[in-house]
Amino acid sequence: MELSSINILDVLPGILLVTASLIAMLSIAIRRNHKLIFGVTTGSLLGVFIYLIIYATNHSFTVEPLFVIDGFGTFITGLIVLSSLAVSLLSYAYFEQREERKEEYYILLLLATLGSAMLVISKHFVSLFLGLEILSIALYSMVAYLRKREKSDEAGIKYLIIAAFSSAFLLFGMALVYAQTGSMDFKDIGIYMDSVSNNGLPLLLIAGFAMMIVGIGFKLGVAPFHMWTPDVYEGAPAPVTAFIATVSKGGMVVLLVRFFGQINGQHYPVIVLSFTVIAIASMFIGNFLAIRQNNVKRILAYSSIAHLGYLLVAFLAGGALGVEAVSFYLVAYFLTNIGAFGVIAILSDQERDAENIEDYQGLFWCHPKIATVFTAMLLSLAGIPLTGGFVGKFYLIASGVSAQLWLLIIVLAVNSVIGLYYYIKIIAVMFDKPKAFEALALRPRLYLINLITLVVLSILMIWYGVYPQALIERIQDFLK
Amino acid sequence: MILLLFIVILMVAGVLAWIVADQSPVLARWISLAALFANLLLTIFIWFNNPVVDSPNPWIAQFSVSWIPSFGISFSLALDGLSLLMLMLTFFLGIFAVLISWKEIQERVGFFHFNLLWVLAGITGVFLTMDLFLFYFFWEVMLIPMYFLIGIWGHENRRYAAYKFFIFTQASGLLMLLAILSLYFIHGGQTGFFTFDYFQLLKTTMDASTARWLMLGFLAAFIVKLPVVPFHTWLPDAHSQAPTAGSLILAGLLLKTGAYGLIRFVIPLFPTAALELAPYAMLLGVIGILYGAILAFAQTDLKRLVAYTSVSHMGFVILGVFAFNELAMQGVVMQMITHGISTGALFILAGALYERIHTRDITSMGGFWAKAPFMGTVGLVFVLASLGLPGLGNFVAEFLTLIGTWQSAPVLTIFATIGIVAATAYSLRIMQKVFLGKAPDKMIPDLSLREKFILVPMIVSIIWLGLFPQPVMNTVKKLIINQISNEQIITSNAVNPDEKINGIK
Repeated sequence: MELSSINILDVLPGILLVTASLIAMLSIAIRRNHKLIFGVTTGSLLGVFIYLIIYATNHSFTVEPLFVIDGFGTFITGLIVLSSLAVSLLSYAYFEQREERKEEYYILLLLATLGSAMLVISKHFVSLFLGLEILSIALYSMVAYLRKREKSDEAGIKYLIIAAFSSAFLLFGMALVYAQTGSMDFKDIGIYMDSVSNNGLPLLLIAGFAMMIVGIGFKLGVAPFHMWTPDVYEGAPAPVTAFIATVSKGGMVVLLVRFFGQINGQHYPVIVLSFTVIAIASMFIGNFLAIRQNNVKRILAYSSIAHLGYLLVAFLAGGALGVEAVSFYLVAYFLTNIGAFGVIAILSDQERDAENIEDYQGLFWCHPKIATVFTAMLLSLAGIPLTGGFVGKFYLIASGVSAQLWLLIIVLAVNSVIGLYYYIKIIAVMFDKPKAFEALALRPRLYLINLITLVVLSILMIWYGVYPQALIERIQDFLK
Repeated sequence: MILLLFIVILMVAGVLAWIVADQSPVLARWISLAALFANLLLTIFIWFNNPVVDSPNPWIAQFSVSWIPSFGISFSLALDGLSLLMLMLTFFLGIFAVLISWKEIQERVGFFHFNLLWVLAGITGVFLTMDLFLFYFFWEVMLIPMYFLIGIWGHENRRYAAYKFFIFTQASGLLMLLAILSLYFIHGGQTGFFTFDYFQLLKTTMDASTARWLMLGFLAAFIVKLPVVPFHTWLPDAHSQAPTAGSLILAGLLLKTGAYGLIRFVIPLFPTAALELAPYAMLLGVIGILYGAILAFAQTDLKRLVAYTSVSHMGFVILGVFAFNELAMQGVVMQMITHGISTGALFILAGALYERIHTRDITSMGGFWAKAPFMGTVGLVFVLASLGLPGLGNFVAEFLTLIGTWQSAPVLTIFATIGIVAATAYSLRIMQKVFLGKAPDKMIPDLSLREKFILVPMIVSIIWLGLFPQPVMNTVKKLIINQISNEQIITSNAVNPDEKINGIK
């Protein structure tokens, strides 16, 4: 492949992100200025997003052998970039009142975004691994960014060890698959599998896939590989948690969808069975453990385990409807999660994040706007109508019903009910009588920019719940 | 268009009330009242302008715009006689819900009225929608505000009650969603035309076992809401913990959505499966009648007592619906309306008593007639209504239901009739414990003008319904005849109809 045959315009988003992080780095070298670097970051993310809207719609292109830039990839890239933008908007106020060296955070954020954006367009093990590592390594430091907090350090180290561990699994799995198939390209692997599928898949290949599932499972934080999730969610700064919950996991989901689609995963009972087990286990474990938590960040962590379980339903259903459902659900899920962690970020002070459920007592009566946003986000997570989360869940169930995955659908419905319990718990606390005034001193003054971001997120989330047609058409347009 | 107006008025007024309440709580109350009045007048206007004409089309008005075309979902509303009656009941009771909260609710008035109006908007939507997705949507929309009504303004154990209410109804609602979706895909698979439209889905053909499963999905939602006995446990908690307006709406309207769902969806969509189920459903109805009555007799908490009487009265609804004949169905419709009014009034009285003596415990009441004769008289009227005294609406309802069911299941009818005797016992017990006996020393103020303004129209309407029920029955006649003739066709085609209908002897 010669470089000249690549249309530079098609890979421009990636290049822009790299350039932005370089500029950010250079600007630190010249002068540390939080405002400036914040401006550079948001500006470049916004630029990439606008570029994607204007140029990239319905533009399919491959960069052999690594990347495939198709509608699905472009759509998710746009989503990732937009989410990073929202996260960086929420980060400004959060870091402004904390760390003295806050500028490097934005470089890491841009790099992590780049990694995730690479993941969603990769069609080859090499690009997969490169994207994943760019994402993970940036995340290690982001998780541990608040060095003075013990929990943040602990979470960082935990994430480092487990992510490295899972990368090793993934690499080993890829090596085995490569040894058997002689290819690292998703499509070629699919062709190979197709050719041998009559006699059953070779053991080496199954072993390779099993290893890969372990690796991917860790990154996704699905049961039984979920153990790191609550600790990391709890320890990481709230905006970073939002980033992990959305951009990092979402990128991985999309990669999985792509890989699964290319190798025709639905045709191999072994693979379907293992993902079914993972999906059911994630739903139950996530929801049941969430019930017992009193820490809002941990509740959201466990709920994210369950939500990935839900997503796997559409993923297993496959087909056009399945991919649509995944795309829609990711949009709703991204909006909702960034919103929810944004609320946590906005309420946090220098000492600690507002993560105990008591911090939210009576919130509705002292900060009605924030409480309303949080309530909307929680209801969306619970899948209540008028919210994007409801349409997302409806989409998932619809795709499951059309593929007749009855067991998964019933489990999903049961779990939605279990999930209600802990979402409602937080809402009930917010609507309770306020505590004494000393507790309210925890709240710092509100930053306008955070509030605006949150309001925009909630309006979008509710808009997609009330009038999802626009988004559905957009997705179908991209997936064509 | 006018149908959309019903919902929009309520939703807009709700938001307005929330906004203005910061400046003036009274204005929020007036806005809510005005919105409900406007809607009530609209329904009455429609009722008078569309006398029971003999046109073959039972639909008075229809409205439909495309909403999510990719899924074949449209914002489709339609009004027939049953919907019209239910809407009138909704706005009639809605007005009283606002009035009764005038003094009781002093905290967070704006948010209260927002929730109140949105529950009513959800209920209105449920009674109007002809798109199954939209139906589920409204079904849920009425849930969240109700949760807040109970959870924020309720009594001491409100949080538990609110949780229980929410989780019960959500869980059953999700089962209905699954059934709706399956129906959608089955219909789409057959015709290649994917839609949630009620009229299209009516034409779906299914094999017997599929129909049975799907019907159970729908049934789950409706019998929890109704409630039918093994699934009723949310009801006493929710009713007794809710503020008076909440209890009024729960008993008067939310329970009726379950009955409405049975009539509108379960039976037309799954006629054969419903026929198979009928004996069991009727049995559950009778169990509910007796069980509710016995438990009502054992309660000491006045609101809980009234809540259990609802369980008992709602037993007649499911009994009558599954009797599949005209008289019983007319009885059911009457029961939906009269029970809404009479039980609503009893909850209002319980609320009025609570405001005065700050307890719902009937053992610490007694002799209030001497202190508050007007209240006593009103209490007597509704207690008599509840026990089914001829001349009051409830008598017509239960009598028709019993005559109707006698034709299909005489043994069950006998047991159901025993339930009416039990109703006499628990109803008179209310009268005796609360209003008769030794008068207390403390002052019990009689009903205020505002309370009279609520209760007197309710008395008038319950007497009117008892003496002149014909207009109500004419309004729903067409719907009932359609349904019954439908069922009869199926019955005559069935292999051994007598055994099935009279299965339980």
